[in-house]
Amino acid sequence: MSILELNDVHAYYGKIHALKGVSLTVEKGEIVSLIGGNGAGKTTTLRTICALMRPTVGSVTFNGENLERYKPSALTAKGIAMVPEGRGVFARMTVLENLEMGAFHRKDKEIGDDIDRIYELFPRLKERRTQLAGTMSGGEQQMLAMGRAMMSRPSLLLLDEPSMGLAPVLVEAIFSTIVDINKQGTTVLLVEQNALMALNIADRGYVLQTGAIALSDSAKALQQNEMVQKVYLGIE
Amino acid sequence: MTRKEWSHLIRIGLLMGLAVLVVSVIGMVEKFNERALIVGYLTLGQLLLYIPALYAGYTSVPAGEHRAMPQRLLGGVVVGLLAVMPVILLILVASSWPGIRSYFVNISPNMVKILTAGKGVGPGIGLLAGEMAALGLIGAAIHLIPDRIRKPIVTAIIFTVGFALFSDVSLNIANQLFARKTVRVLFGTKGITPLATVIVFVISLVAASLWTWKGREAYARRQANMSSEQAKRSQRIATTVLMIVLLTLPWVLGVFLTDVLDRVGIFILMALGLNIVVGFAGLLDLGYVAFYAIGAYVTAIMTSTGNLGMGLSFWLAVPVAVVAATMAGIILGIPVLRMRGDYLAIVTLGFGEIIRVLVRSDLLKPVIGGAQGILNIGRPTIPGLTFTTPQHFYYLILLACLLAWFISGRLRDGRIGRRWMAVREDEDVAEAVGINLVITKLLAFAMGAAFAGLAGSLFAARVGTIFPNSFELLISINVLCIVIIGGIGSLPGVVVGAFVLVGLPELLREFDEYRMLMYGALLIIMMLVRPEGLWPSPITRREMHAAEENAAAVEAEHSSDIRAAVEG
Repeated sequence: MSILELNDVHAYYGKIHALKGVSLTVEKGEIVSLIGGNGAGKTTTLRTICALMRPTVGSVTFNGENLERYKPSALTAKGIAMVPEGRGVFARMTVLENLEMGAFHRKDKEIGDDIDRIYELFPRLKERRTQLAGTMSGGEQQMLAMGRAMMSRPSLLLLDEPSMGLAPVLVEAIFSTIVDINKQGTTVLLVEQNALMALNIADRGYVLQTGAIALSDSAKALQQNEMVQKVYLGIE
Repeated sequence: MTRKEWSHLIRIGLLMGLAVLVVSVIGMVEKFNERALIVGYLTLGQLLLYIPALYAGYTSVPAGEHRAMPQRLLGGVVVGLLAVMPVILLILVASSWPGIRSYFVNISPNMVKILTAGKGVGPGIGLLAGEMAALGLIGAAIHLIPDRIRKPIVTAIIFTVGFALFSDVSLNIANQLFARKTVRVLFGTKGITPLATVIVFVISLVAASLWTWKGREAYARRQANMSSEQAKRSQRIATTVLMIVLLTLPWVLGVFLTDVLDRVGIFILMALGLNIVVGFAGLLDLGYVAFYAIGAYVTAIMTSTGNLGMGLSFWLAVPVAVVAATMAGIILGIPVLRMRGDYLAIVTLGFGEIIRVLVRSDLLKPVIGGAQGILNIGRPTIPGLTFTTPQHFYYLILLACLLAWFISGRLRDGRIGRRWMAVREDEDVAEAVGINLVITKLLAFAMGAAFAGLAGSLFAARVGTIFPNSFELLISINVLCIVIIGGIGSLPGVVVGAFVLVGLPELLREFDEYRMLMYGALLIIMMLVRPEGLWPSPITRREMHAAEENAAAVEAEHSSDIRAAVEG
């Protein structure tokens, strides 16, 4: 059974038909990249998975269970964590408080251990633990947003454009951490415009064009694909 | 002096001149002149003229400048004269063209008389110009005095003026404690006598000197050396003293001031509630008065002995009023859940107006009295006592405020407080960490409305009659101003804000006509000088502090990012 499955999902913004039958699967333990240009429907797909939007037609299932009846806020407890586009941090809380907020629904006693684990993944966060999140640099905020998401112990991590607005050297750091997170057992669905980086770390990939899946294959095969090379990788 | 320095002087001088002109033309000087500060010597109106000149002189000297003092003093005289120029023009125009009154109603002969000190136009102008120039000079000369002497003097002067301005407070206390004859030596009908001025000045000067020279350091040293146990004990002592003061206050202050305190208390109660909605949860609510009205009307209908009322006990009405307001909070909350920021403000504003219109409507007149309101609202009673005087109500309101304070603090520090904070920071991220926005927001609206309902209930019982006019939009604005000026999200800030915005205007009745002007000016000044509020919450303070450091942080950002990346 796939951990996540979208089956012929259609979604609308008012009259605009944003998703026109998106089907995709994410298997346990994978990194799957969803790439595509501006307005292709990448974020809409993520929003539909997170129940922030409801599919008009089609279904989203998580571990075989239809997510239709869940509120967005209930998904954290089910094991889905989302890092929204453009740094999802609480600007006026400290780094530590942000991480604690990530474990908000948890009542167990291992939260402290998990914070230490996040500090291992992102040593910068430990240095800055008493700093207000809003005063940190873009890269640090992205790390914090990911750390915060990991605090809910998700089985599926959804990342929306983690590379956006970051210096190339930072993008590499962020992506290598995504690989680390994945190795520790979290399945990752990565939505990216930076197709080069996204396909580098992914097991499989989907190409989204104007609201529909145009291509799907292993990441290696997609990197070799002529259309992907031309349109998304900039290789002539 | 260089060109730049001249233009600096001209700018300050004319700006202050404009201020003097405006307060004269809108009639403030004339109105405030009725209020004596030091009997026979200084009125509030005069103070209004003098402060700009003094301030102009003070700011004419660039910060940290001590060279070429004679030039600075000359600069002080120049700004003093500039500050008086516009108003001299006004005097000339007003005295030669009486018809101007049909355009500016406040430019009266009496105003001219006040400005010229009743000495006729020529000598009067000379005198005024001389005074203002002298004040400019003094303002500049203050910089000559070394810090450790200047500070106590300035503090003592400000305290003395403040004491004279709020002489009502001390007069009322004195009336409780001393014989009338003694009181008359120190207080006029308005303001204080010269003798009292000297006494207050000397005492405050001595106290301020001791504090500046010795006390501050000693206090800081003691604070630093205190063990946590000692700190706890001194905190306990402070709380006990505060409680004793709070409990004895009405008997020291007398009826009039206790009544003022009651009004302040009701606004504290409301502001604590709005603080939950606006301060904790970040939801801008401009229709807050609606819940206050609901609390008041429910209490009125249930307890009134008139033909509209049921004549029930106040104690029965209070919980019903609170529950009704809470329900209204939830009912308002549901449709506005999806709104943010400005839109939320507009919808809540509309809700407040709907309630007000309903209350005065003919439709509901048979039930809630329409424009005639509800009379004969029942007084709370306990065995052996009926609450009638302001002193009685003081204890009731105090109890409610303490309860609201306690609940606010517990909510803020608990899980629900964290949820509100998260929603305030970022709704999307809050949802992503698993916070149910619907419940969180509704809880904020409900809690805020409950406090307002309680406040309305107490208000109705205290005044005995309520009218639709008591529940205007202005109350919402007022309460919001209290929260903002006190410090958003801060409990002590709310109390300070209520005293400043509700208490002070009660003591300065002369200001009444200009209350809104003062509010506006105060809000603007606060946003420029102290945007975090008078007594900010630790979180806001932390954030403001961080904003200062931010510039440095942004500078370091690039290099630190790269370093982070290289490190791993």
